[in-house]
Amino acid sequence: MPRLTRRRALAAGAAAVAATGGLPAPSAAAPGHSREHGHSHEHGHDHDLGHDHDHDHDHDHGAPEAFDEVYLGRRIQGRPLAGGHHHGGGYGVFIDGVELHVMRNADGSWISVVGHYDPVPSPRAAARAAVVELRGAPLVPLT
Amino acid sequence: MTVRKNQATLTADEKRRLVAALVELKRSGRYDAFVTTHNAFIMGDTDTGPRTGHRSPSFLPWHRRFLIEFERALQSVDSSVALPYWDWTADRSPRSSLWAPDFLGGTGRPLDGRVLDGPFAASTGNWPLTVRVDGRTYLRRSLGGGGRDLPTRAEVDSVLAMSTYDMAPWNSASDGFRNHLEGWRGVNLHNRVHVWVGGQMATGVSPNDPVFWLHHAYVDKLWAEWQRRHPASGYLPTGGTPDVVDLEEPMRPWNDVRPADLLDHRAYYTFDTD
Repeated sequence: MPRLTRRRALAAGAAAVAATGGLPAPSAAAPGHSREHGHSHEHGHDHDLGHDHDHDHDHDHGAPEAFDEVYLGRRIQGRPLAGGHHHGGGYGVFIDGVELHVMRNADGSWISVVGHYDPVPSPRAAARAAVVELRGAPLVPLT
Repeated sequence: MTVRKNQATLTADEKRRLVAALVELKRSGRYDAFVTTHNAFIMGDTDTGPRTGHRSPSFLPWHRRFLIEFERALQSVDSSVALPYWDWTADRSPRSSLWAPDFLGGTGRPLDGRVLDGPFAASTGNWPLTVRVDGRTYLRRSLGGGGRDLPTRAEVDSVLAMSTYDMAPWNSASDGFRNHLEGWRGVNLHNRVHVWVGGQMATGVSPNDPVFWLHHAYVDKLWAEWQRRHPASGYLPTGGTPDVVDLEEPMRPWNDVRPADLLDHRAYYTFDTD
């Protein structure tokens, strides 16, 4: 499995991204994220948002943990939701308070309606990918 | 009889007529109903629940019927129009004629991804995006911006070589032809093309970009090519599968058509290569 090899190779990078997780400030973005401000988010997207360091610890452990941070100037939050029908398996993701429709794939990866065809390892990665894709635009609330 | 042609072979007049029919469907509001339907299935189809349009065996017949409906709408505007297909293994550059101003227009500008040329640029006033997941009302693209190339013919051939149509668990984790063509597993064909185009094509409201239809017309053609290579292989599953459309089960949202009714495209259209 080349994936596993790459994951090991990028373990340090993955840890760096994870370490930015709970910091409630715009500066929470890891160094690699600054590239996204320069409109060359291609590589930042692929590497920082995790095609290689797949499977956060949420895989096989029920709902992933909650998160709450400011990423590139947007507040992103994720948390288990009580009641209702959510395709994230009872987990909700919000950008500036508006719910982002997310879905968990059978292999534990995640997608959102803003990045539907490009799975990432966690709901936080889906929220970050959506922030990059939105370039400041507000989400349309789910109806 | 409708003949679906390779987009690269269309005459200037064929391109002009197709564009005019698209713009007229948009003006009348009929276009956006297709975007709404697609996004409803994108959000509703799940690996562990009912799944019809995506991540399931019926991905292919569902999109075949969806495109037939759309093509009939185009033909109600101009009966000479057929959906062309985009062979992204051959026309794999943002410089392809597909993206010229006389057809779909090109990539978006770096600042905000906005498409600035062609008949679907927001500045024409002819292509307002009303079915959206975010606040932006203009067509966006970032052709090749994700840093991954379009699939190659060799990658397509490796998927066409898979003789089993689909396999349990009949979702994004499946082995077999359907899921490799859809792209949740393996070399990734269909999904990767959505990502390569970027903009709305990478979202649940991907039919906002007219290239959606040309992409899916080629995915549909690859299904036909697969059938020709594997005449003894049929649609699966054939019965009794929870949450999944079996061969003879009706498909939402039409409820009047089964995968079995859609296996032979020649009942509806032919390809220029047939």
